[in-house]
Amino acid sequence: MENYLNAKGRIFDIQKYSIHDGPGIRTIVFLKGCALRCRWCCNPESQEFDVQPMMFEGKEKIMGKDVTVAELLPIILQDRFYYVRSGGGLTLSGGESLLQPDFAPHLLRATKELEINTAIETTGFAKWETIQKYLPYLDYVLMDIKHMNSAKHKEFTRQPNELIRENARKIAESGMVNLTIRVPVIPTFNDTPSEIYDIAMFAASLPGVEHLHLLPYHRLGQGKYEGLGREYLMGDLPLIPNDHMQLLLENAKKSGLKCQIGG
Amino acid sequence: MRTFNTEDIPRTERIDKLLDDLFAKMPEIEADRAVLLTESYRQTEDLPNVKRRAMAFEHILENIPITIRDNELIVGSATKAPRSCQVFPEYSYEWLEAEFDTVETREADPFHISEETKRALREVYPYWKGKTTSELATAYMAPEARLAIEHNMFTPGNYFYNGVGHVTVDYGKVVQIGFKGYMEILENELNKANVYDSDYSKRHEFLESCLISCRAAINYARRYANLAYEKAQKCTDPTRKQELMQIAKNCAKVPENGADTFYEACQSFWFVQMLIQMEASGHSISPGRFDQYMYPYYKADIEKGILTREFAQELLDCIWIKLNDLNKVRDAASAEGFAGYSLFQNLCAGGQTRDGLDATNDLSFLCIQASMHTRLPAPSFSVRIWNGTPNEFMIKCAELTRTGVGLPAYYNDEVIIPALMSRGVTLEDARDYNIIGCVEPQASHKTDGWHDAAFFNMCRPLELVFSNGVDKGVQVGLKTGDVLQMKTFDEFYDAYKAQMKYMIQLMVNADNAIDVAHGERGQLPFVSMMIDDCIARGKTIQEGGAHYNFTGPQGFGIANMTDALNAIRTLVFDKKLVSMAEFKDALLHNYGRGLTPKAAKNATAEVVKNLADMGKPVTKAQIEEICRMFLAGTSSKEDVARYDKLLEMIDELPKYGNDIEEVDLFARDVAYVYTREVEKYYNPRGGQFHAGLYPVSANVPLGEQTGATPDGRLANTPIADGVGPRSGSDRLGPTAAANSVAKLDHGIASNGTLYNQKFHPSALSGIEGLKNFVSYIRAYFDQKGMHMQFNVVSKETLLDAQKHPENYKSLVVRVAGYSALFTTLSRSLQDDIIARTEQANFVD
Repeated sequence: MENYLNAKGRIFDIQKYSIHDGPGIRTIVFLKGCALRCRWCCNPESQEFDVQPMMFEGKEKIMGKDVTVAELLPIILQDRFYYVRSGGGLTLSGGESLLQPDFAPHLLRATKELEINTAIETTGFAKWETIQKYLPYLDYVLMDIKHMNSAKHKEFTRQPNELIRENARKIAESGMVNLTIRVPVIPTFNDTPSEIYDIAMFAASLPGVEHLHLLPYHRLGQGKYEGLGREYLMGDLPLIPNDHMQLLLENAKKSGLKCQIGG
Repeated sequence: MRTFNTEDIPRTERIDKLLDDLFAKMPEIEADRAVLLTESYRQTEDLPNVKRRAMAFEHILENIPITIRDNELIVGSATKAPRSCQVFPEYSYEWLEAEFDTVETREADPFHISEETKRALREVYPYWKGKTTSELATAYMAPEARLAIEHNMFTPGNYFYNGVGHVTVDYGKVVQIGFKGYMEILENELNKANVYDSDYSKRHEFLESCLISCRAAINYARRYANLAYEKAQKCTDPTRKQELMQIAKNCAKVPENGADTFYEACQSFWFVQMLIQMEASGHSISPGRFDQYMYPYYKADIEKGILTREFAQELLDCIWIKLNDLNKVRDAASAEGFAGYSLFQNLCAGGQTRDGLDATNDLSFLCIQASMHTRLPAPSFSVRIWNGTPNEFMIKCAELTRTGVGLPAYYNDEVIIPALMSRGVTLEDARDYNIIGCVEPQASHKTDGWHDAAFFNMCRPLELVFSNGVDKGVQVGLKTGDVLQMKTFDEFYDAYKAQMKYMIQLMVNADNAIDVAHGERGQLPFVSMMIDDCIARGKTIQEGGAHYNFTGPQGFGIANMTDALNAIRTLVFDKKLVSMAEFKDALLHNYGRGLTPKAAKNATAEVVKNLADMGKPVTKAQIEEICRMFLAGTSSKEDVARYDKLLEMIDELPKYGNDIEEVDLFARDVAYVYTREVEKYYNPRGGQFHAGLYPVSANVPLGEQTGATPDGRLANTPIADGVGPRSGSDRLGPTAAANSVAKLDHGIASNGTLYNQKFHPSALSGIEGLKNFVSYIRAYFDQKGMHMQFNVVSKETLLDAQKHPENYKSLVVRVAGYSALFTTLSRSLQDDIIARTEQANFVD
């Protein structure tokens, strides 16, 4: 790449003042396209790489926009005062930023060169060689481990979990980043104490991992499925009651990790 | 490194009881002060006015009923009933007489008034005909200024109807030396004065008036000592008996003498605070840097082992409650502008010492705790933040914010200190600033700042551009030419600037007329002697006795005017998508929308009156039909479609509040149209005008008097709050909005800026939430923002409170520069608070 600032990628949203996706006050850039199809996904417009229309408050909105690193940097820099004060920075989310290896690592690199810390929220579903392109420019990795049973993982997300587990271990062993494991807690999928405990024990086995976040299922993305003309496969599943989340938290804590509900 | 005791202290049962009693009944209007004042005035007609004021003060304090409420540790009440008020006919009275029968049932800040009180007031009122400050002010005012006021271009109503207030006296000194100490100083000055001095007459009268006021205060406290002693004699509960004996002892000693203990200092402070508000009706009597001048007593007593942290806390809680025991009735219109029974007694913690070191101490933390315990609108609690403010202090502040009480307000030393210095305040005095009223900084106990001098509605001059200066058929503004003939945006903008300048000049005229009236009829020796340099100069603050003099009128509507002027520039001149004629037509017809119910009602009443005046009575059915027309609008379907298209185009334009540099820098320029003009003028006390940028809560009632604006705002709806973006137009969250606001020049607005943010509680959850919140404030301040305050309640909570006010009697929200009980606010103000963008965060 002669000039990585011209690297172009596809995003669908930018969110400022994000305080649950890595340390401090952060700006999240949402990249378009994902290899998984989690049924509970609250950003269904992120899944397809193609630019697509979505109905929003009665109006059609085009989801997806191609931008260069150079175009994004001034937007990321707008909140630099907040990053400095809070220890925050840039988080790439999605979609899956690992699917845009000719763009995302350049964006991370450019951001780091401005002394702003970086994070990704990732499924970890990519070739190891791809992930290696990202690690030098990352401070934090927030990675999902959704289920320890590969078949069930595949049933709910369309992908098995072997590669994900393997990558989690490799990222941890690289020692290059601060790795946090996150678990979206989804009714009927992984909300039993033993399923959460298994994930927590796996996370605890990863060298250097100290934190586990349990993210309770919410339905805030439901309207978007309608906007995309898609069926919401989760139906009317009830939210997880607080006391059950507490029970799961207690089980997760048995792993010895510092566990919390929410990011 | 200094460390602080940040440990929480539980609230005591006494505080629970005091709080219950405070809200047991609707506040009441009492006539005692007005009757005693008039009695005294009738007997002193041949004396100089300043002495008449002092003698009236003495007469009132000798005779007004006094009360010690159950469970009180700090005593001194202005009224028999809790949370009630006296009235001040020397400033104005007609409005209250006219509102006798509605004041109890009105929406904003109702007061009970008994028939007996009405009778008593009706007896004294005729005496005041022709003698009030407001009548004198009217006489001094230029006719064109009066016309502009009638047409709601600006409202200097605050000081027109009331005392000026808005000062912080030297509490530290009076607590330290007592009024006996002041009397020594005064007598010394009297001895120094030579009968042949050019200013002898006035100086002599002033100093004697101060002496009378000192004696009045001392005797008033002694009455409390006697009452406490009598009560103690009759008291059967041994604990309370002992408390009453201690109260008697305190009141016999202070404020006559200097305080020796923290408890005495608290009692002394309270008498001073309350008596200033007995002398005159000016609000925003601000305790200022309480944690600084009270700390020596706290520290000494703790070190001596005669005071526990817990008891100190209980005393502070008692003071906090006493601050809410004072009240003030305003005219119905002002009550909406200052909604929430607030007296704006602003109390400050933190900041820097005069030497520029960090001033935070253990008492600063107890002040935060007191606001947590009492959760009341008063004091308006402010914290001063600078780069050296300890983080644990800010975290504790954030914990208070998280309770949703709307406190504290955060102020940025790094902007305010240089801003004050730019107005001639010395470095040391600037470091020693405190906040007055809502958001106005001043050099402590050295300033007569005349903050809050007028509300200036920046939207109204734009209406005048469209009408060539005509409002409701009258030439109120300048003739800036036919708007349809304007060829460039610059020409249009210049017309706006010309209308602004003209209205600012009229506002200056009005303020100065009122200022002179207070100087002649409203001299206040008691409060003046506690402000530098009144004693040395031998005159009251009203006559220019203060070391620093300012007049600070506050403009508002920056967000609307930015977006409006931008819409005109882009749509009419740059892109030529709409003609000026079309825009004018759309504004005239309120974009094809009907009026708000309240405006429709008023408009209907006007039409009916006009018809009746012409001898054409209307039937009830006709009235209903007229009202329906106003509600629905009269535009044709085709016109409505055109207006809708225009609104859509306006909606798509970039807006202030979204961190768009071009727009925000334009907002900075629009604000200069006000701030740079205001600072050109001077007041009769020899001080400079300087601008504030904040509307208190007047953006709602004054919005009701404003037609549709080119930013798509409909007629009679609220104007944007403070320096913030318009409700709902900041779409990128709190950092983007704050970045926009920070791009205004806050330094030039040395009379204060006000930025309200609304946060959902979830954004402050956990220690991480608090830390991020603190970082958020710090980062706004890094960019030279001046002030920030927060409402932390969910929208659902507020909606439910509207439905079930009975369940939310104590729900406090941040209104503007102060907090108020949500359920006491008018419906429209409640709606406005709900509509202010909720900066929630629901990522996960």
